[in-house]
Amino acid sequence: MFPKGTKRKFSDSGEEAVCGGGGGGDQGPSAAPAPSPAAARTLSSSYSLQRQSLLDMSLIKLQLCHMLVEPNLCRSVLIANTVRQIQEEMTQDGTWQIMTQALAAAQCPADRLVATEVLCRQTEAAAAAAQAGQSPKPFSVSGLEEGYHSEEVVMDGDAEAEVAMSSLSPVSPQLSSASYLAGPFGMGPCWEDDEEDADCDEDEEEDSEECASEGEDAERHHLRADSRTGEQVFGTFEIKHPAPPPDPALEELFSDVDPSYYDLDTVLTGMQSTPKMGPYDLLESLSSHGPTALSSSATCRSDLNELDHIMEIIVGS
Amino acid sequence: VRFYLTKWKLNNAFFSKYTDIISTVEFNHTGELLATGDKGGRVVIFQREPEVGAHINAPNKYKGVFLSHFPRESTMYKTIKLWKVSERDKRPEGYNLKDEEGRIKDVSTVTSLQVPVLKPMDLMVEVSPRRVFANAHTYHINSISVNSDYETYMSADDLRINLWHLDITDRSFNIVDIKPANMEDLTEVITAAEFHPLHCNLFVYSSSKGTLRLCDMREAALCDKHSKLFEEPEDPSARSFFSEIISSVSDVKFSHSGRYLLTRDYLTAKVWDLNMESKPLETYQVHDYLRSKLCSLYENDCIFDKFECAWNGSDSVIMTGAYNNFFRMFDRNTKRDVTLEASRESSKPRAVLKPRRVCAAGGKRRKDDISVDSLDFTKKILHTAWHPNENIIAIAATNNLYIFQDKLNSEMH
Repeated sequence: MFPKGTKRKFSDSGEEAVCGGGGGGDQGPSAAPAPSPAAARTLSSSYSLQRQSLLDMSLIKLQLCHMLVEPNLCRSVLIANTVRQIQEEMTQDGTWQIMTQALAAAQCPADRLVATEVLCRQTEAAAAAAQAGQSPKPFSVSGLEEGYHSEEVVMDGDAEAEVAMSSLSPVSPQLSSASYLAGPFGMGPCWEDDEEDADCDEDEEEDSEECASEGEDAERHHLRADSRTGEQVFGTFEIKHPAPPPDPALEELFSDVDPSYYDLDTVLTGMQSTPKMGPYDLLESLSSHGPTALSSSATCRSDLNELDHIMEIIVGS
Repeated sequence: VRFYLTKWKLNNAFFSKYTDIISTVEFNHTGELLATGDKGGRVVIFQREPEVGAHINAPNKYKGVFLSHFPRESTMYKTIKLWKVSERDKRPEGYNLKDEEGRIKDVSTVTSLQVPVLKPMDLMVEVSPRRVFANAHTYHINSISVNSDYETYMSADDLRINLWHLDITDRSFNIVDIKPANMEDLTEVITAAEFHPLHCNLFVYSSSKGTLRLCDMREAALCDKHSKLFEEPEDPSARSFFSEIISSVSDVKFSHSGRYLLTRDYLTAKVWDLNMESKPLETYQVHDYLRSKLCSLYENDCIFDKFECAWNGSDSVIMTGAYNNFFRMFDRNTKRDVTLEASRESSKPRAVLKPRRVCAAGGKRRKDDISVDSLDFTKKILHTAWHPNENIIAIAATNNLYIFQDKLNSEMH
């Protein structure tokens, strides 16, 4: 196990400023709320920025994981683990508690801390506990399971009305324990029987998964109970067709690391650092979504509006 | 003459008929057939053409002989179908009760009896569905592996591995289950699984945390306890927030001999000795120049790409894909490696493939080198296959399939 407290690198080569937030390099004062003196000694502002940017990026990815063409549980688990690691490290050097306290106390407008605010909602109780000196609850993937299954559509063979796709509002981590899609199989070593129809020539996908619906969020959970008939239970796993096309502005904002992230940060903290061209050029060449226009601070206002819009979606209002 | 000195050339069989992305490529055990699948649910099988009076250096040809046509809904991820591939080059003629078109004859017109005979016809490859194994997986299936006993096979998804009998479609036996009681505790998933090529009781599965578990089905019904756990200790000096992600194993393959395992993670390919669990025997850097770009690759999701890997027939060379339509081969004996490119632009039929080189940004650059920053990350070679006996390889580049052959020798050394 990697010893706690040791800082991780963002890249092997020191020159590479990897995240959008790292473009400022070593210039400028710290953007984060002033850490405790002990933490400040070990934490460089650029590292802290990069780490925060990575945290934000990861949380957004998790929130939008159901917008992928192909749902990917492995990817979600890896991203969630990354968030946990960041959280652990931030807890170790004290910045986690500071951030949660700052969010609880301040009237923050929608900004780059949006994503972390979502995280903090989940750990509100823990934040209160943190103020009392206890460690925060680790980030949980309980919402991921639901997000992962959000594309499930149970469809009767006679084209019964499709259950609506989940809304695009991301899964809130506050949802109570995941509605695990109980399959027809029990766990543990046993021969698992299946009420599958013996006719093998059906072209339709046949899934006899049982669906549970959560009472409180029945409409957000597109899973529904489907009574088993004697013959067969159909189900299809629609991946992308019923999904409404993502909001282009939203997609554009999230498809690349948006440099306006960094600019917003500077605006909100009163800092004026010049982003270096290097990392953005790299992102441009690496991104498969085409060149990213660099935002200047003049467009921060529109970026703020966009983030307001995103904030609304994320909180599901 | 080792492979790296021999030249690979583009076979005539270059197909671009795929409208969807190719999702799998595999030779059958004799190498005579090559099967490919795509994301639209189509299966294309290529068959090797017999060489009749061909020059010894003439390329072996594979021609496409079958194209299935599933409707899209039936294919995705959770249903396993077993198909029988058979050839037909004769058909019966001379039925008494049916005419040439198959219509029933009027009995009163039949005046004599004849014995139907088999007449030659154009070779036809038929594929008929034999089994449908459905409903056993709640999560997406990532691996299927037929056992060496040819009676059973296993299918693996993110959290479970099921064992099937080829003749029984409505039941499967769960042999691995890593789903936690509380999904909040989920931190690791299964990424690939494969049966041992010789011992039908042994199989291996890999995880998103970079571990390999060898399991013996004789030890317990539910193989939750592994017989062996292969894991390389982490290098603390190279630790980053991406360490775990890049350690996730995207593919695992037994060597033909059954003595070694080949694994692929994001930046490397590793050869493991089944007798040594503490660390791999060999580690090959596939594209280490990406190590300093991990944050960007995380941001654009490329870091989650799942590359496969392959052994050659004699287990002396390993192969895996990379970006920019590059694929890499490593000779385990000489430790030499080569980077080749699969693309129409750089390959003319019968031309010899030129080794490629990627240079670090700002580094010393030779002519024809490509800089790291110019790599096309949308052109990824995730699926590759090597003929079981000969130096013939199949490379899937998005929706194009290339078949390359060793120019000087088609037999294994």
